[in-house]
Parts: sequence; C-alpha cells; structure tokens
Amino acid sequence: MSLLNIRWFKYSSPPAFYPLAGRMIPYFAVAATLLIAAGLYLGFFEAPTDFQQGEAYRIIFIHVPAAWMSMFLYLLMAGYAALALGLNARLSAMMAASLAPTGALFTLIALLTGSFWGKPMWGAWWVWDARLTSELILLFLYIGYLSLQSAIEDRRRADRASAVFALVGVVNVPIIYFSVKWWNTLHQGASISLTKAPAMAHTMLLAMLVMALGFWMYSIAVVLMRVRCVIAEREREAGWMRDRVESD
Amino acid sequence: MHWESLQAFLHMGGYAGYVWGSYGATAALLLLEVWLLKRRAAAFKRKKDEE
Repeated sequence: MSLLNIRWFKYSSPPAFYPLAGRMIPYFAVAATLLIAAGLYLGFFEAPTDFQQGEAYRIIFIHVPAAWMSMFLYLLMAGYAALALGLNARLSAMMAASLAPTGALFTLIALLTGSFWGKPMWGAWWVWDARLTSELILLFLYIGYLSLQSAIEDRRRADRASAVFALVGVVNVPIIYFSVKWWNTLHQGASISLTKAPAMAHTMLLAMLVMALGFWMYSIAVVLMRVRCVIAEREREAGWMRDRVESD
Repeated sequence: MHWESLQAFLHMGGYAGYVWGSYGATAALLLLEVWLLKRRAAAFKRKKDEE
C-alpha cells in the first residue's frame, strides 16, 4: 500500500486513533530506551572531559535536550491548540492537552539540571538572567495552560480558552531561544547553530543529539499514553468506547 | 573509555553531587510520569469493568 492510499484523515477521529496510538506506543518506548542508553554511553564513556569545566559539563547531555524539548513541545502544543480552535477538531484539542504535562516536565528538568550546573560553574543555583527567566516563564505558561484546562467545567470552553492562552504564550519561545543573543547573559551562547560549526567536540555533539532523539521518542510514547487516557475519559459515554473490548 | 576506575567514574572529577543529582532527578521524574500514566489508564479500565 502506498502512502498516498492511506486515508490519513481517518486517524483524526478519536475512535480510529485510539487503537492506532496503542499499537504505536511500544515502538516509541523501545526506541526511547535504546537511544537514551546509547546517549548515556556516548556521554559518559566516549565524550572527553571538558578542558574548562571538567566533568561537570556532562550535565549538558540532559540539560540541552530537555531545554529543546521544552520549547518544541510548547510549539507543538500551540499548533494543535490552533488546529482545535480553527477547525473545531476534537482530537487536536486532546493532543494539545496531552502535550502540556510532558512539556512542563521537560521545562522543570531543564531548570533543575541548569541549577545543578550553575552552582559549580557560576557559584549560584539561580540568577535572574534573561535565559533562565524566560525559561521560568515557559514553566508558568505550561502551568497556566494546565490550570485553565482544569478550572473550566465546560470541556469545549476550557479547550478554547486554553488554546488562546497557549497561542499568546508562543511569543515567549523565540525570546528564550534568542535571549543569549539579545541580552548580555551569564548563560552561555547556543551550543550548536545552523550557521556556525559546533563549538564542541564531535563525540560531545553526537551524545547530545542522540539523547535529544531519545527524549523525542520518550515524549511521543508518553504523549500517546496520555492522549489515550484523555480520549477514554472524555469519550466514555460514547457508544464506541462503551462497546470497546480492551485488546490494544 | 577514559575512566581509571569505578571510583573515578563515580567521583566525576569532584562534581559527583551535581552530575548524579541531575541525572538522578531526571530519571526519577521521567519514570514518575510513566508510572502515573500507567496508573491513570489502569484506574479507567477498572472503572469501566465495574460498570
């Protein structure tokens, strides 16, 4: 069957997507485990010691991928929220709601690991630097989105209100990304960029990229797990969910 | 492999608390998320079976 013959839109309905998501989870979970294991091996056994920061720099292998995920997942969440708002698509609203907790988790991990890195390198767990502050605002945006989702009783109104909130918050993502350029920050500049050669050893870069791919696979697996919970809970009164015999 | 011994590896050049703290906290948070989701799915299934 060619890719063109698959009826892609079929999977935009919850009854069709629910079993598909269930079948996909194990593949992404296995991929996440393998990639994270490979990333840890590269990060701890192949990447050399940093000549300035010693072994403390090894925090980079989770810190940078987690920070990337925190921003990617926010954009993805806002994208689904926009689709839900514009097309009134049920599944898109559920996807947006399912992405938020994982995005918030990666934001928290980026802040925590940054703190563990800042203490030995800068002598402080926290500084009000533009990069750190804008990342903290990202955490508050996720929390705000989740609070709106749970505070409004009517599901459709909750989805609409939180979608508008998520879209307004998108402005923060480029601020985080370019903060190290726009302001004079204590936080170091971008580790890799599209226009310059990476400012790190190849094995370091490779470990970071493998870890980032692992975090992607992890995120897809847990978001699919969560969207299945959300579908099941929101559609529990629907005929297809009532009649469903759990097989996958 | 550039670690001279297991002790040297665990010592992380004097940054053990920071490095292992970061990795430990990350692992704990990711596993917690998976566990909570499994619990949520199981709770729904239990409720459905009771109905």
